[in-house]
Amino acid sequence: MLDDFLVRALFAGVGLALITGPLGCFIVWRRMSYFGDTMSHSALLGIALALLLNINMMTGVFTVAALVSVALLLLQRNDALPADALLGILSHSTLAAGLVLVTFMTWVRIDLMGLLFGDILSVTRIDIATVWIGGTVMLGIITFLWRPLLAATVNTELAEAEGLSPGRSRLIFMLLMAAVIAIAMKIVGILLITSLLIIPAATARRFATTPERMAIFASLAGALAVAGGLAGSLRFDTPSGPSIVVAALVLFLASLFASRHRNRVPGQPEQEPL
Amino acid sequence: MENQVGDFLVEASGIGVFRGGRWLIHDIDLAVRSGEIVTLIGPNGSGKSTTARTTLGILKPDSGTVRRLPGMTVGYVPQRLHIDRTLPLTVERLMTLTSPLTEAQVLETLEWVEISHLAKAEVQLLSGGEFQRAMLARALARKPDLLVLDEPVQGVDFTGEVALYDLIRRIRDETGCGILLISHDLHIVMAQTDTVVCLNGHVCCHGTPQSVSQNPEYIRLFGRKAAETLAIYRHHHDHVHGVDGHIANTKYVHDPAKHNTINHDKDGPDHA
Repeated sequence: MLDDFLVRALFAGVGLALITGPLGCFIVWRRMSYFGDTMSHSALLGIALALLLNINMMTGVFTVAALVSVALLLLQRNDALPADALLGILSHSTLAAGLVLVTFMTWVRIDLMGLLFGDILSVTRIDIATVWIGGTVMLGIITFLWRPLLAATVNTELAEAEGLSPGRSRLIFMLLMAAVIAIAMKIVGILLITSLLIIPAATARRFATTPERMAIFASLAGALAVAGGLAGSLRFDTPSGPSIVVAALVLFLASLFASRHRNRVPGQPEQEPL
Repeated sequence: MENQVGDFLVEASGIGVFRGGRWLIHDIDLAVRSGEIVTLIGPNGSGKSTTARTTLGILKPDSGTVRRLPGMTVGYVPQRLHIDRTLPLTVERLMTLTSPLTEAQVLETLEWVEISHLAKAEVQLLSGGEFQRAMLARALARKPDLLVLDEPVQGVDFTGEVALYDLIRRIRDETGCGILLISHDLHIVMAQTDTVVCLNGHVCCHGTPQSVSQNPEYIRLFGRKAAETLAIYRHHHDHVHGVDGHIANTKYVHDPAKHNTINHDKDGPDHA
């Protein structure tokens, strides 16, 4: 069954969606979309360095993304520059540095479009195994750390005062982000990873009444988007990454109409738009 | 134990916090014992929250020491908490944010603070008073030894304020926990306060509030219920602050004799 490239792509994509669901919810709740973008843009620099040092690509991406997140945390401590300016600097400079480095290395043949926009149809069995094993470990960590992560999301000081070490959960969250970027890169591409984190979570918000349900719904919405996007990619011969993101967007727009309709049920109070 | 002052829960001695080239607070002594209500007052920027956060261990003091009773449970209600609309959070779910509780415990606590009808409501849609009650219930459900409330009545109207203070008194009376309360009002404090500490970077003065419940003038002004709940705190400052919070007439500060009055006995262990 796994011989079919489309089935392989679907397996990898759905596995990825399951982990981006809960992680994406935290990105949305903590208002870290741009932060996630910056980390994922640094992935290209990670790839370039991996090629240069002849190490595993995922290791390179994970290391550079983790370093960028630590750098951001340290730079934010002194208020010399506002956070969004810092993010902008790191986001674009790491992407540009990665592009420059990759072009310099004339001896390696590299599919730049595939890296930037995803090449899910070239997913191998090893990639599927990485996504599912890595994803399971990450889901386990998130489940285990759910309470401190959520408490720190609501209020860091409250979590600190009541003994839930928000600093530790924050660090682990950053490492999880770096890991998800490393495994998502091949499937949706560096430029679009954050959209697979944010759009399904935003879609789920309209139907969820608890944080836990929002995380589960986000995973389901992500899986649907992957399936829809792949079908579209095959039908219209479009790159897989953008197709998946467009499918996610269609689901999000549908959720806007669906929730508006739901709110018109008599007796239910009108819900304010987000 | 109930309504009795018991063991030290937290004791800060000579604490100071140095940030951005200046001391936000310095030489602050503060102690809260179980069954005791300590109210921190002071103008904006006087370091009330900084002091509370340092005693809680959120901030590390740059001078002095903080001793906390080992194994003590803390309930914290931060100031002006904003919960993002993107987070779907009902009052019920908020209750178990930092510690697991049974459904019965959740309901019981919500009934105690009189918002059990709001269990399924989204926290972002609550009124100021309802939200503060929900936050109070959340902290309370942990059965804390020490409850720290940072401006719990801010953004709540006068009637709501009186009701909230009454609730805080009942919490102290029924659980025997120690309460550190930060008040936004410089002159009117909760009547049940055992010790008022007035801050302005340092401890300006401290003492007990003056009950107004016997005064017919106040009863006419506030109503009987409010007059029983609120008290007036008369400041006994012996020095003046410049606009930057520095002590203007420094000769008083360095004069130990001046500090040795009852209201300025910061060196003594007995704060009450």
